[in-house]
Amino acid sequence: MSEERVGVYICHCGTNIAGTVNVEEVSHWAGEQPHVVIARDYKFMCSSLGQELIEQDIKEHGLTRVVVAACSPHMHEKTFRGATERGGLNPFLFEMANIREHDSWATNDKEMATQKAKALVMGAVERVVHHQPLEPLPVDINPNSLVVGGGIAGISAALELANAGYHVYLVEREPSIGGHMAQLDKTFPTLDCSACILTPKMVEVGQHPNITLLSYSEVENVAGYIGNFTVTIRKRARYVNESLCTGCGICEEKCPRKVIDEVFEAGLSFRKAIYRPFPQAVPKFPVLDVANCTYFERGKCKACQIFCPTEAIDFEQQDQLIQVQVGNIILATGFDLFDARRVPQYGFGRLANVFTSLEFERMVNASGPTGGKIVLRDGTTQPESIAIVHCVGSRDKNYNEYCSKVCCMYSLKFAHLVHERVPNAEVYNFYIDMRTPGKGYEEFYHRLLHEGTHFIRGRVAEVTDSARMPGEEGKLIVQAEDTLIGKQRRIPVDMVILSTGLEARHDSKEISLLFGMGCDFDGFFVERHPKLDPVATMTEGVFIAGACQGPKDIPDSVCQGAAASARVSSLISRGTILMEPVRAHIEAESCSGCRICNNMCPYNAIVFHEDTKVSEVITALCQGCGTCVAACPSAAITGAHFTNIQVLSEIEGILWDVRERVAVPV
Amino acid sequence: MSEQFEPVIVGFLCNWCSYRAADLAGTSRIKYAPNMRPIRVMCSGRVDPQFVLKALLEGADGVMIAGCHPGECHYVEGNIKTLRRFSLLQRLLRQWGIEDERVQLVWASASEGNLLAAAVDRMTEQVRALGPLRWRDTVLGGNGHVHEIPVELVPAGEEV
Repeated sequence: MSEERVGVYICHCGTNIAGTVNVEEVSHWAGEQPHVVIARDYKFMCSSLGQELIEQDIKEHGLTRVVVAACSPHMHEKTFRGATERGGLNPFLFEMANIREHDSWATNDKEMATQKAKALVMGAVERVVHHQPLEPLPVDINPNSLVVGGGIAGISAALELANAGYHVYLVEREPSIGGHMAQLDKTFPTLDCSACILTPKMVEVGQHPNITLLSYSEVENVAGYIGNFTVTIRKRARYVNESLCTGCGICEEKCPRKVIDEVFEAGLSFRKAIYRPFPQAVPKFPVLDVANCTYFERGKCKACQIFCPTEAIDFEQQDQLIQVQVGNIILATGFDLFDARRVPQYGFGRLANVFTSLEFERMVNASGPTGGKIVLRDGTTQPESIAIVHCVGSRDKNYNEYCSKVCCMYSLKFAHLVHERVPNAEVYNFYIDMRTPGKGYEEFYHRLLHEGTHFIRGRVAEVTDSARMPGEEGKLIVQAEDTLIGKQRRIPVDMVILSTGLEARHDSKEISLLFGMGCDFDGFFVERHPKLDPVATMTEGVFIAGACQGPKDIPDSVCQGAAASARVSSLISRGTILMEPVRAHIEAESCSGCRICNNMCPYNAIVFHEDTKVSEVITALCQGCGTCVAACPSAAITGAHFTNIQVLSEIEGILWDVRERVAVPV
Repeated sequence: MSEQFEPVIVGFLCNWCSYRAADLAGTSRIKYAPNMRPIRVMCSGRVDPQFVLKALLEGADGVMIAGCHPGECHYVEGNIKTLRRFSLLQRLLRQWGIEDERVQLVWASASEGNLLAAAVDRMTEQVRALGPLRWRDTVLGGNGHVHEIPVELVPAGEEV
């Protein structure tokens, strides 16, 4: 038996643990176990008094190991490692038993929970005896950062970092930055012109000496770890030489090919085969759309090249692969709009005058396809009545269960804009609940109530063009139950706007894999902690901001962008961080040189020395997964803090009660 | 404790997905069988087959290995290695007469607390139905050394 002196601390966590687990019994029992010198239970171990208890005991009772049975190590492992260290021990001579998340919160059976708590405590005690003192690994932080996504969240993140004096690579998939906000006309509730407040920021990004803007580009590969990422970016060929192009727009003017603009104009208008998505685009360089270019289709035309005054058009241009070294990454990849076609009963795509919110947004935009006029699909007729259907694709178990957060407010904004542009039009808002939490939001709702908008509380069942009664002919009929009066209503209108919800990007799963982090069931990226760490992810050095984390309006996205960059700034200004020393190490004398581990390592962190015929782990590259440790047939590899003896002892401890069941001990 | 047999299952949970799934199940107050006793490993790829054998030898009635979904491994592909090791291990265990249900591989991402809880419930019931393992007694002849493997414990079609 070893001579280690273990102190065991059982946390009540108020009643969170003590309500289910008999903590006094566990602590009393633990005190009688081998190695254990002292066992206590305490109301809140994480409180400063609880931590001081550990520090004192280490000194008074000469403890050499500490076990705290409390919440998940993901919550408080750091806290108690700190207490252990302050007591004078190496912080890694501590082990945590998770008797809250994995025990007291997971069952109502008090007897079983207490038994399980004992097993977990015993596992931790048996394990901690074999712990080794470890020193954290210092890692330098590269001061350059990568921001992925040039919407308002990415823009605000990039600007904050750049203004702090750090270099930023901003990667945007589309030809221009600006994101969804660039498509909007007004912003709620202040009715600020969206472009007027966004474009100065875009210009600032484009001109900032600390920002390298890579538009029309996508991240292709990410390697490395916090402080030291190597990112490969594919800069797609624009077929425009950026060093020659002045952004005069003559190519766009002369291009004979008209293409429906499905992206920026939501299909309501045309663009050319060589185009800038909108006049204020940043960067100003156009993009040649190969799929629709006459020259690429038939081998002749070249109008753009012929008329370009600076000879900037380059049909030979190829995609470029650019490699950048960055210390931190902020993902601000935004959202996709819910496809209204998925709700067939609302008739989008089938009934001409059913519009999506984005279509309407473009329509009311002064620089949009109709110059800001609200008209029906024929392009001329002004509607006299408009229905706005909330929660399309949101708060619906058939589509997305969550609330998209912004639709109520933008639907109110639409109603206001209709009143403004078509003063005599009747506007009907069909809502489930009116959700207006936010500064000035509820007041905006009240304003709309006074403006004479009709609010009907009820989910719309159907939008149809089949008239049943006089007055319905030639109209769209919106059928819904008005739940406030308990009656079915049929409202004939000229135009229907579907307030579609926000969804995760269609490729968010692939993106999350690329950056080695998680996304939830709906495809939104998972934050480190939903309350206290909303912009960090499980992957150190990778942060998230904006609607890629969940539906968000503009101010929230701006906040998150700035918050993420504050996190990055603090890492950069620290210069180095200490990483967990959970790393593999090969004992050269025991290594047989079989090279099995070489192929196991996903990070190519194991090299084989031809001269000595042994393998070696490059500590800086090792991430500590332990796959090589499990694979080594000679047991020559040790995985620090997860050694065989530590895990095997934990197994013995965790099975303390059933081991006695075994008839003959070995 | 109640009269019915309460199996003891050792769970090897990877730090990034399934351990956090179990954390989330707890945080969400999802109630599930308290029979699984979790051990944290950084990656399911760290689960050395000897850990599983050790757990069974020490009296566990079942072992659950839980990791990130294939393709979602925090360490790129550690779980793929687990998968390959697991199928080999299962063939080995079969030859010792250990039923497939006793050693299971489960995928649960950090957001799938409900899935992990359901897997524990399901496995607990399966192992409960199989009864205690008492591996050392039944297979290893009581003193840790293999004498012979009782013929009735070898599933048909498996070479010994």
